[in-house]
Amino acid sequence: MSEVILQASHISKSFHDPVTIPVLNDLSLSINKGEFVSVVGKSGCGKSTLLYILSTMDTDYEGQLWIDQQLVTNQKEKQLARIRNEKIGFVFQFHYLLNEFSVLRNVMLPGLKLNKYGEQEIEHRAMERLKMLHIDDLALKSANQLSGGQKQRVAIARALINDPAIIMGDEPTGNLDKKNGQIVFDIFKELSLKYQQTLLIVTHDPEFAENTNRIIEMEDGRIIRQ
Amino acid sequence: MNHKLIFSISWSLMKARWKQTLIAAVGVTFSITMFIALLSFMTGLNGLLDGLVLNRTPHVRIYNDIKPSKHQPVNLSGEYKQSYNFIKSVKSASGRQEIYNSAAILQLLKNDNRVVGIAPKIIAPVFFNAGTIDITGVINGIDVQSESALFHFNDYIITGKAIDLKNVPNSIILGKGVADKLLADPGDVLQVTTSQGDIMPLKVVGYFQSGLQDFDKVQCYTSINTAQKLLGKPNNYLTDIQVKLTDLNQAPVVAKEYGALFQADTEDIQTANSQFETGSFIRTLISYSVGITLLIVAGFGIYNILNMMIYEKMDAIAIMKATGFSGSDVNRIFIVIALSIGFFGGVIGLFLGFGLSVVIDNIPFRTAALPTITTFPVNYNPAFYFIGAIFSLVTTYFAGYFPARKASKVDPVIIIRGK
Repeated sequence: MSEVILQASHISKSFHDPVTIPVLNDLSLSINKGEFVSVVGKSGCGKSTLLYILSTMDTDYEGQLWIDQQLVTNQKEKQLARIRNEKIGFVFQFHYLLNEFSVLRNVMLPGLKLNKYGEQEIEHRAMERLKMLHIDDLALKSANQLSGGQKQRVAIARALINDPAIIMGDEPTGNLDKKNGQIVFDIFKELSLKYQQTLLIVTHDPEFAENTNRIIEMEDGRIIRQ
Repeated sequence: MNHKLIFSISWSLMKARWKQTLIAAVGVTFSITMFIALLSFMTGLNGLLDGLVLNRTPHVRIYNDIKPSKHQPVNLSGEYKQSYNFIKSVKSASGRQEIYNSAAILQLLKNDNRVVGIAPKIIAPVFFNAGTIDITGVINGIDVQSESALFHFNDYIITGKAIDLKNVPNSIILGKGVADKLLADPGDVLQVTTSQGDIMPLKVVGYFQSGLQDFDKVQCYTSINTAQKLLGKPNNYLTDIQVKLTDLNQAPVVAKEYGALFQADTEDIQTANSQFETGSFIRTLISYSVGITLLIVAGFGIYNILNMMIYEKMDAIAIMKATGFSGSDVNRIFIVIALSIGFFGGVIGLFLGFGLSVVIDNIPFRTAALPTITTFPVNYNPAFYFIGAIFSLVTTYFAGYFPARKASKVDPVIIIRGK
C-alpha cells in the first residue's frame, strides 16, 4: 500500500484574465495505490482546477507533478495524451459518450488508441468490463439509447479499459438521481476494495465523501484537511 | 500510429452527418465534372481553330522574297570599303522568285532527321477570265500526295477528289469563293492568264474550302507540273519549299539555319502565326481559371461543413482528447474526412466529366466553314484528369486544414467544465 501513484508538489495556479486571481496556492499531496480519495470543498475553491492539473489536461501551472513515478510537468502535448490514455481513466459529471458509436465501441476507443492489444483482445476486455458493471446486454446499443445511469456506467467501463493507474472523477454522481448515484458509488467502492483501484473523485456530495477512505478538503486554493 | 482507428472514427463521423458529407462531395463532383468538360471542350475548340491555320502552315517555309539587294555593288567594291556610301532611291531587284538548285535542297532536306516531311510548291498570281471581267487569284502548284499527308489538303476538298489534280492533266481545284464568283462547275474549263500574259485553259475538278473566306476567294490548286507548264518553266522550277518538323518549337532555329545554308528567305511558323498562340493561351487560361474557381468554391463548401461538424462534435473532440487522443490525432481525423470527401467526390467527378465530354463530343455541330467537322470538338487529354484529381485533393486538403487545426486546438478542460 505504500506505492505512490500520484504526487503533486507545490502546485500553484492563477487565472490572469482580466486580473490575476490566484486559484491554487502552493498545494502538495500524494496518493498511494489503492486509495479511494475524495476532494470536497465549496464551489470555486479550486477543486476542479486541481483535478484538471492532476489529470494533465491543464498544463498552465507552477510546481511539479508525478504520475506513476513519472514526471509529467513540462512534457510535450503528445506525451501527455499518451499518459492520459495509459495511466488515467476519466469519469465526468456528464457522460461524454460518442453517439456515433455503439456502447462497446465507445468503451473500446481508448484501448484502440493505446494499441497495446489486438482489436479482438480489446473487444474481449471491453466486454469483461461491461459484464463487471452488469451492462453487457447493452453492448451493441447506440450510446444515445441509454438512460443517464447506464451511460455513466458505460463511461466507467471506458475509464477502466486500459487498466489505468488512477481513475479521476469530476462529480461523477452530480447528474444522477439518488439511486443511480448510489450504484455508481458502489461500483467505485467495489473497484477500490476488490481490484485495489486508485480513485480520486471530486464531489459536492458529503455523503459520498464520507464513505471514501480519505477526504481532502479544500478552501480558497489550499488544502485545509486531508 | 494507428491509422485504422483514425479512419474508422472519420468514417463514423461522416456517417453520422452523411447528408452534409454528401452535399460537400457533390460540390467537389460538380466542380471536377465542369472542370474536365470545360477544359476538354475548350482545348478541343482551340485545337480546331488553331488547326484552321496551323495545319496548313508549314513549320518552315523556304522561298525567295522580292526585295532590294542586301549588298549594293558600291559596298562590295574594295575601293570604297573605307568610305561612307550613301545610296539613294534603292529599288527591289528583278531577281528570280524560284529557289536555286531546288533538287539538291530537296535531297538534303529529305536526309535531315529533324524533318518530318517536305512539300514543294509553286505560287503564281493569275487572272481568271470570266466573260468581260478578270478575277485575280493565286494558283498553288502542289504535290498532292505530300500536301495531303502534311497539311491535310484532303480534308478541305468539298467537291471532287484531291488526287484528280494528279490524274487529270491540266486540272484545277478552285477555292469555293472563286468558284462562286466564276460560276464554275466541276468539268468546266477556265481560261487562266498569267502575270506574263500567257493564257492557258484549265479544267475544274473540285472545290476547296478552308473556312477562311478571304483565303477561299483567291486560292486555287493545280499540280506542280501544271503550274510549271502554265508559267512556261522547266520541271525543276519551285518557288516555295514547305517543311514540317518533328518539333515545332525548333522552327525559328531551323529556319535561320536553312536561310543561311540555302541563301534563301525563310519564315518560321511562330513568326507567321504568333497571334494564334496568344489566342489559344488566353482561352486555355480562361478555362483553367473558371475550373479552378469552381473547385475553390467547392472547397469553401467543405470548409463550412467541417467547421459545423467541429462545433457539433466539440464534446466528442474533448472526450477523445481527455481519453488520450493527441491534438495531431484529432487533426488527422478531420483531414481524413476532408480528403475522403475530396477523393470520392473527385473520382466520381472525373467519370462524370468524361461522360459529359462524350456527350459534348456527340452534339452535332455543322458549319459551312469547316466541312470535316460534324460534332463539337473535344480534347480527351489525360493531363486534365490528372490536374483535376490533384487539384480536388489539394483544395479539399486546404479546406480541411483550418477546421482540423481548430479541432486539434480544442481545450478539453474548457468544454468539460462548461457543462
